[in-house]
Amino acid sequence: MQTGKQEEKRAGFFSFIITFVFMFATWIILSGHFEPLLIGLGLLSSLAVAWFFHDLLFAGAGVRDIGVFVRFCRYMPWLIVEIIKANFHMLYLVFHPRMHQMIDPHIIQFQAGLTSDIAITTLANAITLTPGTVTITANADGGFRVHAIDRQSAQGLPGEMQDRVAHVYGETR
Amino acid sequence: MHIIINIFAGAFLLMGLVFFLGGAVGIMRMPDFYSRLHPAGKLDTLGIFAMVAGLVIYNFHHLSVAMVLLSIKMFLIVFFVFLASPTATHSIVDAGMRAGLRPWTRKKEKES
Repeated sequence: MQTGKQEEKRAGFFSFIITFVFMFATWIILSGHFEPLLIGLGLLSSLAVAWFFHDLLFAGAGVRDIGVFVRFCRYMPWLIVEIIKANFHMLYLVFHPRMHQMIDPHIIQFQAGLTSDIAITTLANAITLTPGTVTITANADGGFRVHAIDRQSAQGLPGEMQDRVAHVYGETR
Repeated sequence: MHIIINIFAGAFLLMGLVFFLGGAVGIMRMPDFYSRLHPAGKLDTLGIFAMVAGLVIYNFHHLSVAMVLLSIKMFLIVFFVFLASPTATHSIVDAGMRAGLRPWTRKKEKES
């Protein structure tokens, strides 16, 4: 009982620190002033915001989430490259004179082997961000319905993207 | 040096314009509600990314702390668009599905 409470306290402190760092970095970027007085006021206000709202933004964040963050940063460049590739494919389709023969809109359904809410949300957003596919519904059990514009766009699903998202959140099937 | 910066900035701005134009043309040409969302929601994301990248490269003309902060702020815009755009697209698709609109498919066209 005692240790559980202590652990909870430590997790709360960790999310407080994360919120504070996030708030202060945003404050510096948005203000652009470096006088000691203004920096001090920014520090105070970010401390106040972090104190009141640390259980909203990063609720239940623990030390192990640093690994998730690092893996997420490694996953971002791959996602951006995918977005750029798919965007060029979309651009080619849009300007093609015989576009109506080339597209073949259809809905595919698949079961993703993801369990946590955040992983399902990330996969749904990644599918929507890569052109050619839009997530229609995603339920809590990992069931997805996706609208795809042509056969080529639908080929990559759920395949590699799902594996990468699962890797980021440490979920192996 | 200035010429190189101008060439790169111009190239990125032009690329952004082509993507935005593609998005607009796509909305006109696609056959139905759901497929129109593909160019509308997505070509814009890379379009705005290319535009902002071009403007950031143009900022290299006057390199200073204020300019670096300005560039980071502009990339914050891109970040929020990347968060908001899929969410908005998804909610529009969801609204169409709830209202019972049937998607256009190849088979349906042959029947009619």
